[in-house]
Amino acid sequence: MVVNKTASELQSLLHSRELSVKELTEATLKNIKETDKSIQAFLTVTESEALAAAEQLDNLSDDQRGGALFGMPIGIKDNIITQGIKTTCASKMLENFVPVYEGTVTEKVKENGMVVVGKLNMDEFAMGSTTEHSAFQKTLNPWDLTRVPGGSSGGSAAAVAAGEVLFSLGTDTGGSVRQPAAFCGVVGMKPTYGRVSRSGLVAFGSSLDQIGPITKTVEDNAMLLGAIAGADYRDASSSEKPVPDFKKSLTGDIKGLKVAVPARYLGEGVQPEVRNAVKKAIGVLESLGAHVDEVDLSYSRYAAPTYYVISSAEASSNLARFDGIRYGYHPADAKNLNEIYLRARSEGFGEEVKKRVLYGTYALSAGHHDDLYERAQRVRALIAQDFQSVFADYDVIVGPTSATNAYKLGETIKDPLTLYANDLLTTPVNLAGIPAISVPCGFAEGLPVGLQIIGNHFEEAMLYKVAHAYEQATEFHKQTPPAQEGN
Amino acid sequence: MSNFTKEDVQYYANFARIDMPDAEAEKYAARLDTLLGFSDRLKEVDTENVEGMTHPLAITNVLREDTPADVLNRDDMLKSVEDHEDGFIKVPNILD
Amino acid sequence: MNFETIVGLEVHVELKTDTKIFSPAPAHFGAAPNMNIHPTDLAYPGTLPTMNKQAIDFGMKASMALNCDVARVMNFDRKHYFYPDNPKAYQISQEDRPVGANGWIEIEVDGYKKKIRIERVHLEEDAGKLNHSDNGYSLVDLNRQGTPLIEIVTEADIRTPNEAYAFLEKLKAIIQYTGVSDVRMEEGSLRCDANISLRPYGQEQFGTKTELKNLNSFNFVRRGIANEVERQEKMLLAGEKIVQETRRYDEATGQTVLMRIKGSANDYRFINDPDLSDVVIDQDWMDRVRAEIPELPDARKARYVSELDLPAYDAHVLTLTKEMSDFFDETVNAGADAKLASNWLMGEVSAYLNSAGKELGDTPLTPANLASMIKLISDGTISSKIAKKVFKELAENGGDAATIVKEKGLVQISDEGTLRKVIGEILDKNEQSIEDYKNGKDRAVGFLVGQVMKATKGQANPPMVNKLLLDEISKR
Repeated sequence: MVVNKTASELQSLLHSRELSVKELTEATLKNIKETDKSIQAFLTVTESEALAAAEQLDNLSDDQRGGALFGMPIGIKDNIITQGIKTTCASKMLENFVPVYEGTVTEKVKENGMVVVGKLNMDEFAMGSTTEHSAFQKTLNPWDLTRVPGGSSGGSAAAVAAGEVLFSLGTDTGGSVRQPAAFCGVVGMKPTYGRVSRSGLVAFGSSLDQIGPITKTVEDNAMLLGAIAGADYRDASSSEKPVPDFKKSLTGDIKGLKVAVPARYLGEGVQPEVRNAVKKAIGVLESLGAHVDEVDLSYSRYAAPTYYVISSAEASSNLARFDGIRYGYHPADAKNLNEIYLRARSEGFGEEVKKRVLYGTYALSAGHHDDLYERAQRVRALIAQDFQSVFADYDVIVGPTSATNAYKLGETIKDPLTLYANDLLTTPVNLAGIPAISVPCGFAEGLPVGLQIIGNHFEEAMLYKVAHAYEQATEFHKQTPPAQEGN
Repeated sequence: MSNFTKEDVQYYANFARIDMPDAEAEKYAARLDTLLGFSDRLKEVDTENVEGMTHPLAITNVLREDTPADVLNRDDMLKSVEDHEDGFIKVPNILD
Repeated sequence: MNFETIVGLEVHVELKTDTKIFSPAPAHFGAAPNMNIHPTDLAYPGTLPTMNKQAIDFGMKASMALNCDVARVMNFDRKHYFYPDNPKAYQISQEDRPVGANGWIEIEVDGYKKKIRIERVHLEEDAGKLNHSDNGYSLVDLNRQGTPLIEIVTEADIRTPNEAYAFLEKLKAIIQYTGVSDVRMEEGSLRCDANISLRPYGQEQFGTKTELKNLNSFNFVRRGIANEVERQEKMLLAGEKIVQETRRYDEATGQTVLMRIKGSANDYRFINDPDLSDVVIDQDWMDRVRAEIPELPDARKARYVSELDLPAYDAHVLTLTKEMSDFFDETVNAGADAKLASNWLMGEVSAYLNSAGKELGDTPLTPANLASMIKLISDGTISSKIAKKVFKELAENGGDAATIVKEKGLVQISDEGTLRKVIGEILDKNEQSIEDYKNGKDRAVGFLVGQVMKATKGQANPPMVNKLLLDEISKR
């Protein structure tokens, strides 16, 4: 069946025209309809738009059909703007919002001949780590339907894990691509801040947000990042750094690689089976010729509070524009302007969003601005410097992506050590603006575990090299979740 | 230890234009307490002489030429506007 | 008790760029509502600001012209407040590192000169426009949203309403010379708020200030301040306390009245905007912008007095606008006598523009044709009186002064023979006047000159007529 093929298998079928883009799109849509009954990854399936796009692509002559991503179906997290297609951020606030403009990343996706098949579920405005904070539906983890897919890009990870699409885009502000990728046993990359344009990404924490690819394999991931990366005149924070051909780094050769493992990354609060899986993975890297040392990243222990202050402060600013006037949720029968504001924002936002907006408002207000917000910015600088001193001597830093396997639906993690360990693992990367990838590295109680590989600014090629070498030396990426086995 | 009273929450909620009846305010007060308690750890860090990080990348002078482009079609714009008149966006008067 | 008036001004000036400061939508006055908009101006989710280089240049240029230190490194901050004309619910402005600081301009008022210090000049985006209606609704037009502004904040150095007026006049002239703004108050490209307080003479500490808004002309600024000073003085003398509040000037009553501002308690919660980079200005950039600043009004004024021997008053009036001053310079460069050019521009030309409701650029009058007309006066080809006719023709239909004079037969009659003949004829008809003159009635000469001018349709050379007339009388 078409939907069980790899991207490169599909590519050669499309190339020889044994398979049309339309056939592939139809099969994909059919599979989504079936699979998503249980997984609930998609908020919107763009059937007619996808089929129309597919037909157009089929009509192109051979020399117009470029690239390795041509004809490939892709799902887009619903906080990434898609012109003419509802973009809700999984919020009642934007339940009926249809953008009349396009973002850069979706533009690039289409330029590469990819077919957008739908919009993916997430925590409202990307605030959360379970996708349970969606205003619309709960996405389930394809490996165990009683568990969450992680978040906030839970829909994006679950859709790839369940075989609904081979490619999806997520966004990562504090771990929101990597953690769901780990929970769902797929590959998720959070690129260097500035590597991918934020034009079209609905801002949560503007100094932290990045769009990142989620795929089954490292190679697919590298191709998708290559397609969406690069400087963009519409995003002043995007970098002019040239984008290398990431595929060239997939050599499998990591001899002499210098790997740092921060002691805290495998410390208290990390689930023993997760720790074991990651230790084994580190062993694999060593067996491939890498040199591994333990290092100290002492300021990272302050990453979580720093992250909450900065991301909430920026969120309180970024989400102020949702006022019910120009677009978005508009309360019926509001009598005056203030009532429009109050009701639009109180009825349109969910509790998690309101909590963070309040916290951010507090952190920025007179009397707390210096002591909370500016202090957090100074600590952030120290966290970033910490990474720089490690990267002076090492190529990559590795550890778990998440301290545990996927949570049970509705479960609140109460163990402070686990909470602490989780935040410690992903948020420092966003604070420092550096790239990190999560690749499947085994199982804990039958659920996937992610190996996180962190690199210096603009060293995505290095991350792909290491992740690919590891992937090729193991079989984890070939495992499929039980939910898919019937297909 | 409670840092936030419900009045505090209401005070900040007003800046954020979030409606905050008493019952809600108490709920949020507890949550904000947790977050704030969490941030106390930052006070351990010696940040003297550290310059705050506002941007992750030290990029400067990203400037655009003064040339018009990408003008939005007004009819498209008005599609998402609940209330409009003669091309204007309509809102209740500020002073009710 | 006598009180000292303390005034500080905050002046917003719209910059004359082609596009907005943070979006590439066109920025010009007068478009139909919501036509000059970009997704960023609507604060659509997922849109980002992009910084207009020209706006930065203009901010620098204005700062330099106002004698400010220009920032080597500046950034933009978000200033948060909810209002329907402010789509992002934050305004992008400069809080920490403004483009200019520590400037001054010198004013001359009521016979003394004084420096008014400028605390800062910062760049920011303008808000949209709200049109309030009576039916309970306001209509939002976002065309103006994102238009680049500079806000000029003075120190509390102003002591009288006249000083405020002189400051604004001078500021307007300087900004206009730099070319960064049209500075038209009636189009809203210059807006002014005043902070006003009183203190007993000799007291160091400032009194409580009120902020005065809605000042729609320089005259209203002057009157508004005067009225507010009067109001505060009365209150203080009655032992009342001044409340810090925002007031507006009511043009109809000439009084300041309290403005109702809803939810006035605010906290702007500034953050350095993560979407925009720092701007680092190197010496080359600084030098390039400085080189683009033309000679400013004070320098021109000094030059007119020292090099062209103009009275200080003329120099002041001519330099109030760059258009007038440039026109004057070019007229003089085209060979016109400076004082005559000044007289004409300040007199006939200004009067014509006022009555016709036009600006210099709207007429076919050019420095070249004005200069050629003035030269005709200087060399005696036409009289000043005839020149008024020529000027009218030039101002309305353009053309060349000499040609007009020739075609309309307006050349001054300076030929002695011709004049003596006309004078002879007039004297023949007016024996009584000759008699009167000889009897000591000097007035009679005036009458006779008038008759000669009338007979020559005003073309006779007046000094020659005077001289020849007396000569002819003496012969009789």
